[in-house]
Amino acid sequence: MRVRARFTKLGKIRFVSHRDLARIWERALRRADLPVAYSGGFSPRPRFHFGLALSVAHESWAEYLDVDLVDDIDELTIATLADRFSAVLPTGVDCTAVAVVPSAGGISLQEAVTSSTWSLGLDGGSLDEAAAAVDALLEAHSVFITRERKGKTVNDDIRPYVRSLTLDSSYSGCVLPDCAGAACDHVPGDPGVVLRAEIGTQPRTLRPAELIGALGPMWRERRVVRLAQWIDHEDGRQEPLALPAGPLPWLRTETCAT
Amino acid sequence: MSTVWPRLEPLLSRVERPARYIGCEDGAQSPVHAPHKAAWLLIYPDTYEVGLPNQGLQILYEILNERDDAVAERTYAPWTDLEAELRTHRVPLFSLENHLPAGTFDVLGFNLAAELTYTNLLNCVDLAGVPVRVDERREEHPLVIAGGHCTYNPEPLADFVDAFVLGDGEEVVSEINEVVADWKRSGRTDGSRVQVLRRLASVPGVYVPSMYTVTYDGPRLVAIEPRYPDVPARIEKRTIASLEDWPYPRQQLVPLTEVVHDRLNVEVFRGCTRGCRFCQAGMITRPVRERSAEQVRSMVASGLRRSGYDEVALTSLSTADFSGIEAVVGGIMALDDNITVALPSLRVDAFTVGIAAQLQQARRAGLTFAPEAGTWRMRQVINKLIREEDLYAAVDGAFSSGWRRVKLYFLTGLPTETDEDTLGITELARNCVAIGQKHQKGTSVTVSVGGFVPKPFTPFQWFGQNTVSELDRKISLLRNDARRSRGVQLRWHDPKATLIEGLMSRGDRRVGAVIEEVWRNGGTFQEWTEHFRLDRWVDALANAGLSADWYVHRHRTEDEVLPWDHLSAGLHKDFLWQDWRDALDAVGLPDCRWTPCYDCGACTGYGIEHVVASAVPPAGGSQGTGQDLSVGHVVPVSLLGRRAASAETSAPPEPVEVGSA
Repeated sequence: MRVRARFTKLGKIRFVSHRDLARIWERALRRADLPVAYSGGFSPRPRFHFGLALSVAHESWAEYLDVDLVDDIDELTIATLADRFSAVLPTGVDCTAVAVVPSAGGISLQEAVTSSTWSLGLDGGSLDEAAAAVDALLEAHSVFITRERKGKTVNDDIRPYVRSLTLDSSYSGCVLPDCAGAACDHVPGDPGVVLRAEIGTQPRTLRPAELIGALGPMWRERRVVRLAQWIDHEDGRQEPLALPAGPLPWLRTETCAT
Repeated sequence: MSTVWPRLEPLLSRVERPARYIGCEDGAQSPVHAPHKAAWLLIYPDTYEVGLPNQGLQILYEILNERDDAVAERTYAPWTDLEAELRTHRVPLFSLENHLPAGTFDVLGFNLAAELTYTNLLNCVDLAGVPVRVDERREEHPLVIAGGHCTYNPEPLADFVDAFVLGDGEEVVSEINEVVADWKRSGRTDGSRVQVLRRLASVPGVYVPSMYTVTYDGPRLVAIEPRYPDVPARIEKRTIASLEDWPYPRQQLVPLTEVVHDRLNVEVFRGCTRGCRFCQAGMITRPVRERSAEQVRSMVASGLRRSGYDEVALTSLSTADFSGIEAVVGGIMALDDNITVALPSLRVDAFTVGIAAQLQQARRAGLTFAPEAGTWRMRQVINKLIREEDLYAAVDGAFSSGWRRVKLYFLTGLPTETDEDTLGITELARNCVAIGQKHQKGTSVTVSVGGFVPKPFTPFQWFGQNTVSELDRKISLLRNDARRSRGVQLRWHDPKATLIEGLMSRGDRRVGAVIEEVWRNGGTFQEWTEHFRLDRWVDALANAGLSADWYVHRHRTEDEVLPWDHLSAGLHKDFLWQDWRDALDAVGLPDCRWTPCYDCGACTGYGIEHVVASAVPPAGGSQGTGQDLSVGHVVPVSLLGRRAASAETSAPPEPVEVGSA
């Protein structure tokens, strides 16, 4: 049986690396006392699989993890898992949904996810300058950046990865786009330049830092948050695991507003 | 006090491994400050990765936070990249829990575990916005207090640290807190700083250097004497009678990012009476105080459940000596198949390897043994009485149980060491490789060699440390020999760093000027090869008019006043001197845990005793005593559960004749 967990990475914990987060989950799975499957070999490790990596210092309220279990567990137990995980995870990492997913098919989260939506809070210029930079990038047929790959410098066209890019006037300064102080004690002020971007993730991903670099050398990251991951299918797109409807009791002041 | 987090946060995106500056660990407390609570910032003056696992700091952290009149937060030395950002943006050193400025705490409490971190202590104090020198601090500045093994010679840091604490911290930390909390409640008024230091000086185990006058005669130290009648002439270390009464840490910190010793640690006993003469820890932490097996089992079980760790280390100076070790590890293994039990400080014998083999189904790392010296004669000198047969049986056991790598630790530059003794190191290693080849191809044995640094309160405190060129010569002897030996891989410590460790290990108050100058010239993180530069130290010594030769390489005489003579680890100085003479005659000394007391002073002076559950040596327990010593008619141990009555009634036993091997 395979279960998928959706979780956040918000607030101070954003400075923890992807690798560290894997170790945090490893301990959390042991503490939650689930029948987790282990790899064989000299040094058995629990079998779990992350989706796309999140850069250090970036936040997210849509991270995913698939865990393989050796024994099936019942629906009632699954319904309690999100809370059980949150209780043993650090502040800012909250498990927001858990569901059983098919383990057959062999397609990993990393392969399945086709795009991510990002909120990019930037310093370095005015709203007008940001609007101009966005327009220039969208109008270009190709936007080349240089990257290091396997020790070589390569030029890649990133334009096809930018599915949409807009100036986000609704952003309030809270991590939750529609919060504006509703879920937290945050007093909305002028959020400055905030962009909303949807970035393709296949065949390889475009990192938010690379997109920001392509907007021009003046722009610096202030706060970068992954808002959603998407899987394309014929009728549109869906999240790997949607948030349950209703309030978000897990959202805490110290992780919502910055 | 207000948090520096908003100013710190933008800086963290620019530095390496920012997770070490955010706190948020499992086990981290959420202290709430208040005017009646003394606020402690506990600091380990090295990186987070090195400092976080430190158990001493974690124990005090919990004890203080359990009190109604104290709060404790933690911090570690920021790495050089963050330090540069902090200085550029004028952000002070901060605590990890509430990200409060370090200078707003009442106490900066340092853990001193290694001499080469001394410049980091100065740097942390400076980053806190506090004057580094004691005589420049005023009422608005925190008290700078230090504990840990290095405080047994505090003199090199006497100009920078307001008060040092000797020995176990569990009890004395609360006594200090009461003094500090009073000071805080009284408003820290003008002139109160000197009063609070005077009060601290009368707390047993606390040494306040500014309350003492130092007299020299040329280069020689003549005396360190109290300035006031109420200040003790001699400061005795603190020792808790029972470890069982202090089951700390109850909630070991589980870091979010990888650190050294990243596992659950449970201290199974404190103190060691093997009597290895080079080992300061074994001398200053006497007597042996075991936890009960039951408490160990329950601390392991609850710790694993709480932390989610899959590895637990049973820590002590020689864990195989723990009474009933087999039963304890058997109980742990029964908890969960996937749990690994680590035994640091493996004893060198087949019995111990048998336990290790039972414990670690996964042969992840190699096994490490510490014979310390290459020949039997040399091991008699240092009183680490491992026979070659013991080592070979241990190594045979390791390779036959499936380990592929064995690591051996040695010291060089020991008293009376000849080239034959030095080359005995590679000789032993070659024989170990040969044993390994019986079991598997391509066996390798790693030999790690460190230069010996004499430490205070050991029988070797009078010994003149080898010079850098002599250590270099010995290492090159070993390198040449190892090159000819298939399967022997040699690693060694930089003798230049060994020299500076020696300078601080036995230096006096005048060495402080050297430490300060090296720090001012940017010499932090001296334990890190990439930051250590000998020339800074050489220049600073020259500027201070001091001689490394005099401090480090000179043999001391019996009548010389040592910079730590006004302190006491319980050990009689004449016991240490006799043990030094015995060392030079290659005469061994048995372990007093299982043989009659020879009155070193550690028990008799404080009216305490060994707390061990078994009055006989454990199986395979000859190692460290050199022979299968019979148990004498006087057994100065109290069995667990029966220790309460004994303290007052026990007269000091007669000294026994020193055993020779």
